[in-house]
Order: sequence, then structure tokens, then C-alpha cells
Amino acid sequence: MPHTHPETELHNPQSTKPPLDPHLKALENEAIHIFREVAAEFERPVMLYSIGKDSSVLLHLARKAFYPGRVPFPLLHVDTGWKFREMIAFRDAMVEKYDLDLVVHTNPRGAAENITPFTHGSALYTDIMKTEALRQALDAGQYDAAFGGARRDEEASRAKERIYSFRTPDHRWDPRNQRPELWNLYNGMIRRGESVRAFPLSNWTEVDIWRYIQAEEIPIVPLYFAEKRPIVERDGMMILAEDPRLELLPGEAKREEVIRFRTLGCFPLTGAIRSSATTLDDIISELETATVSERQGRAIDRDQAGSMEKKKREGYF
Amino acid sequence: MTAPAVANAALDETAVALPSQEPARVARDSRPLRLITCGSVDDGKSTLIGRLLWDTKAVKEDQAASLQRDSSGKQNDLGLPDFALLLDGLQAEREQGITIDVAYRYFSTDKRSFIVADTPGHEQYTRNMATGASTADLAVLLVDARVGLLEQTRRHATIATLMGIRQFVLAVNKVDLTNYDRSRFEQISHEFKELALSLGVRQVTAIPVSALKGENVVYDGRTSMPWYDGPTLIQVLELATTRSAQTVGFRLPVQRVSRPGESFRGYQGTVAGGSVKPGDSVVILPSGMVANVTKIVTFDLVRNAAVAGDAITLVLDRQVDVSRGDMIVAIDSQPMTGLAFDAQLVALQPEGIQPGKRYWLKSGSRRQRVQVQPVSQLELKSGKWNHADELPMNAIGKVHLTFDEQAIFDTYEQNRTTGAFILIDPDTNNTVAGGMITARRATIGGIHAEEHRVIMSLPADLADQLMATEIFANRREDVDIRRVNAAKAIEVIDAIDD
Repeated sequence: MPHTHPETELHNPQSTKPPLDPHLKALENEAIHIFREVAAEFERPVMLYSIGKDSSVLLHLARKAFYPGRVPFPLLHVDTGWKFREMIAFRDAMVEKYDLDLVVHTNPRGAAENITPFTHGSALYTDIMKTEALRQALDAGQYDAAFGGARRDEEASRAKERIYSFRTPDHRWDPRNQRPELWNLYNGMIRRGESVRAFPLSNWTEVDIWRYIQAEEIPIVPLYFAEKRPIVERDGMMILAEDPRLELLPGEAKREEVIRFRTLGCFPLTGAIRSSATTLDDIISELETATVSERQGRAIDRDQAGSMEKKKREGYF
Repeated sequence: MTAPAVANAALDETAVALPSQEPARVARDSRPLRLITCGSVDDGKSTLIGRLLWDTKAVKEDQAASLQRDSSGKQNDLGLPDFALLLDGLQAEREQGITIDVAYRYFSTDKRSFIVADTPGHEQYTRNMATGASTADLAVLLVDARVGLLEQTRRHATIATLMGIRQFVLAVNKVDLTNYDRSRFEQISHEFKELALSLGVRQVTAIPVSALKGENVVYDGRTSMPWYDGPTLIQVLELATTRSAQTVGFRLPVQRVSRPGESFRGYQGTVAGGSVKPGDSVVILPSGMVANVTKIVTFDLVRNAAVAGDAITLVLDRQVDVSRGDMIVAIDSQPMTGLAFDAQLVALQPEGIQPGKRYWLKSGSRRQRVQVQPVSQLELKSGKWNHADELPMNAIGKVHLTFDEQAIFDTYEQNRTTGAFILIDPDTNNTVAGGMITARRATIGGIHAEEHRVIMSLPADLADQLMATEIFANRREDVDIRRVNAAKAIEVIDAIDD
């Protein structure tokens, strides 16, 4: 299709795309509505950016919500120091490409006490490097609203989250006493020190995310696509063996496998899947026949029954 | 911070909409159906949804494995896990074996996708049921075949109706425990249809179900119930309709004003009714100023038109004062504006709704102070509206709303977005009620005339005296007396003198 206006071309890189199907369009409209509502009602919003596929969709929707203006709040990346290298490179490229404000925070205690997922176990490590770090960063920025990419289909306690999820001044979530949330009338009234987590992707499913990424041609970290990569098998998970800090235990050996990631977190705690999906079409058809859930590869969900809820109560996303 | 120059250049006057193409690949052609399940405690709601998820293959192997693990010792004689654990994700829910809060679940069949809100049965958590009902297209009401209709069934059916749900499925569950007794099923269906009819609902499908055994949920139960030849639950859900289109004209509650640079000023919001296209004349409320639409801007395109549900940015042809909370509407079909409205509401918090208390009211993007005067409360058993001065938690009531400045509404019947509101308690910031506008009330000074009724605001002691008189007793149908403090009464009387 010919572009008669250079501006149109600049801003409509996907202008030859077919229109979104009504299901995705409705989800998009809902998310944009939530973004605008939070931006209008809160003084210091921030967007949690974890560089995964959901974050990529979230960022895309934020850009749409405020166009032709800039995204009017910073992105916050809580960096545990153990992310996949490709994720950090991708993050920096996005910030550059879309002219975003980025705040990166790492819990200083992690470095001081040399907290690692190997030496301290996933539960303590997550508590310090993710939950505690997030609380530090939110306090430091005095943010009164934080957008997150959580979806209700991910996990049982997330299915219970409101779109506006109220937090006390010490970031606690009380799942038994949430504010009622009727229609699309979100209650943004809080006292100083209190905050709200806002989840524009609440009603999206994993397949919706992928179909939207495909329809909107949203850039994602290449680790989502299958490729031959070095791995180590540990606790029934295939861990990417690229980082020099990964020490092989007795009996372990590196080997190459064609793998990809269905979800991305910290590399020592995120299991890869065997897959030959090298395109979005492949990924979507793989997903439609998948017999295991998305979070099956995440070690932190398996610490104990209800462990996500426990972490969330304490301030985790 | 300044906007990149290109952003404004893209909005050049000559920019045109690109012709839309036929979709190359559209997997689903309709929006997901939103439904709620409700009913009393132990009617088996969680089991029913668990069964829906299980039989539509929405439960993955690892989830099934952890379910089997968590439900050890609770397995039923069919060797299936305790489905309720799929839904009751909170620790407290698992400990107590009840549903406390709404869980939203997603599943699909070849024909359609669904968002189901599993809402609690306990009366104490009615607010969470109302939360689920406010966005639902259809309600599945569960009844235990052995027990029949309960007050909770009436409560939930009533709230669902108030919230605008017009499609009901009555799932008469646990029919296996009544030996698939046909007459029992028919008796309960008949009773429920009477109730639904009294609520103004005509679309009711009654289905005999065993959620545990999966009969008439996704698979039919013909072997056990040869006498039932109606649809299964999933068949009804696949054929149900989503919310009807709004009938009133164009409505855009303004969420925020976008001013990325000197040359661009747009009004951002989600179209809450009707449609709009460039060239349309619009009115900005409450100011009443008139303007014309020049452009509809979205990230992808400058568009030819926008319809209800679209999140857009609207550009007008002249400099007008528009801010968050205003509403841009069609010039030939405007909503009601005024200082006094009638509404129905559901009280959601332990403190109830107190007479004369000033709350925050949020509707669309507009938040303003309102005084709420309870008028009557619905008695669920009889369906009668009884006079009420205050509304306790979970009560369904009729109220008068009085504003300090112009309010803008449609009736909820006409528009489920611009006719709905929430009340926020300024003391706690909690959401204390969900409400639906039924009518505007005419105001004459401090006395409001509504059809034949006159509302008088009097000091509390005087109001009590007057209400005790025989004159008032004879005039009850015509006069409504509101207790206010003396200062407010003087204010009202002054206003009349003016």
C-alpha cells in the first residue's frame, strides 16, 4: 500500500495490517481506558517493566493510550542482576527507540550480602531481590500508582486481583478485603503513602498476548523463539548455560538443545521448553495444543502451595 | 518535557484514513461472553466452573497434577480432583472451603471464548457478587435440587436484574442426588420462572445438572435423564448474546486532555454510547458549549468514525474549555443534567448508606460530591419496596441524590455506562455502593417536585413532628419529608424566598 504522507509512515509502521479482530480490539480498548484513568487520577504513576512479553504488550498499549503525546510516566525495572543478558540489551534498545524514561533499581543488600539464587534458594532470593527491591524502588520514587502486566489467567491468586489493587503504605495486599470494583468505574482515592497497583492486562490470556503481539508486530526478546542454545538440566528444569556465574554441580554437563522460553524471569529460575517454534505462527499453534501451563517453568511458584499469594501479600507483584 | 516534533507533524490537517482491508485471519468473530455464576453457599458453583474448565480442556496437566496433590483425601468417588480448588485460589478460601472473592476465569470452545466471574455465595460477600454482575452479559444461577430456591437465589437474581442482566440460566445442580427426579426439577424451574418474570426477565433456560458428574454441563446427561431434551449449559452459553448496543446518542466522558505540544489539543476517553465522525456537531457538558469534531485520532490511524467501546482522542474545531469530568455528547441527543436524581443502589460495606451523608460519586470520569437520601429498601421475600431511612450492608434501595453542581447522566436503562455510578466514602475512601440512575428529579429552589410527589427538607425535630401528624399520614403518597439540620433548612428556605 502506498504511503502518501511521510508522517503517516513514521507513525503507522503497521498501516497495512488488517484491523484487529473484535476480541483483541475490546481488550485493547479496555487497557487504554485503564492507562488513561490512572494517568489522570494519580500524581506519580510508574510502569513496572520486566522486559517479558506481557511487558512488551503493556508498553505498546501505553504508547497507544497517550499518543500523540509521550508516555507520561517512567518505566521501572527491578533488576535482580540475574536476568538473561538478552533481556537487558532489549530493554535498553526499547528505551532508546521509544524515548522512554527508565528507572533501574537493584536491592543494594543483594550485592552487599552476595545473595544469589544458588546460595540462598529461590524463596529467600525472590523475597530480597524482587519483593524487597520493588518496595524500595516504589518508596524511593514515591509512586502512588504502579502499572503491572499481571494477567488473571496466570495463577489462582492473580485470578482474584482487581484491576485497581489497593496497597497499604507498607505495600500489603489484603485479598480478603478488596474494594468492590463495579463496571469500569475504578476507585482511585487513596491517602498519602497508600498506593494502587493497576493491571491493564487483567482480562488477557496467554494466547491473547501472543495473538496481539503478532497482529501489532510488537518487538519481543528473541529468547521467546526457538534456537540451539547451551543448557544444563537441574531440578527437572532446563536452565540456560550462558552466564559464567552458573557453576556446574557434580554430575552436571552442558549440552546444546533447540529450546525457547515461554516465560522470562531470572535465568537460574526459569526453565526452557523444547520447541521448534521459530515464528509467531509456530508459537501460537504450539500454545493452542500445549498441555502444560505457562508458569510450569517458574521455580518460584513451586516453593509451597499458595506461594504466589504469600509473596503478593508481602508486596510482590 | 517536550514532545517530539514528528508527533505533531503526523497530525497534519491533510492526514487521511487509510482504507481498511478485509481481515486476513480472524480466529474469533465475536467478543467473549461475560457471565457470572451465583447461588447460595454449597450449591456447587466452584465445582460447576471447575467442570466447565476441565471439560473444555482449559486445565493444563501441571495444574491438574497440583490439583490432584492439593485435593488428596478429598477426591470424590469418580476419581476426579476437588474442582473447587481450581477456583478458590486464596489460602483462606481453601482453609474454610468457601469462596470469598470473585475469581475471573477464561476458557473457550471452538465457537466462542468466555470470561466467567465466579462469585461468592455468602451474604457477607454480596459486594463481590455485585462486582461480578456489573460487567456480565448472562447469569448462571445455581440451585441445589434437594433444597430449592433460597433467599440468596432471590437476592442474586434481583441484583443481576438491577445490574441489567437479561439472560438467566437456572442450573438445578446435584440432580444425581435426587435420583434425577424430573418433577422436582420442573417444580424448581417453575418457581424460578415466576420469580424471573416478577423481575421482568423473560429469557430463562432451566437445566438439570450434575456438576460433579459433568452431566448437561459440556456433555449431555441423556443416559441418566432421558426426560430432558433441552440444551447443555455450554450450548446455551455459546448462543447467548453480548450486551445490547447503547440506544442513546454519542457520549464521550473526557478522561484527560492531551496537549503534547502547542499545535495539538485532543480529548481522550472511551466512547460510552453512540458513534461519532468528523464533521459532527457536539455539545460539551456541563458548560453547554457547542463545537464540531474535526478529527478522531488513534495511534494507528486518523479514523473515519468511532463507536461505543473505542478508546479515542477527539479534536474539535475551536478552542473550548474542556477538562476531565466533562462529557462531549451528540447535539441532537443529550443526556440529562441537573442537581437531583433518583437511583437504585446496592450497599456494599458494613456501615451501610447513611441518610444525608455526603459521599463522593464517580460516574464515567466525573467525580463530585453528593448527598444521599435513602427512600426505600427492597424486601427480597415479597419483592416489596418498604420505606427506609437508611440502608444496611447488602441492601438494595431506592435513593435520592442531591448534588452541589450539575450532574450528567442517562438512565441506566438507556446506557449502562453513563447511567451507572459508584459511591466512595470520604472518610475511608472505600467504595460503599454501586448505583444505577432511574430518573432526573426536577428542582424548584429547595423543594424538588417529582411527578406528583413533593420533597420537603426540614429540621429533624420538625420533620418528626410533621410526620407524626394525621395530615401527613393522609399525604404520604404525595409528600416526602427529608430530615436535615437547622442550618441546611434555613439555607433551603432562603433559596425559596429568593
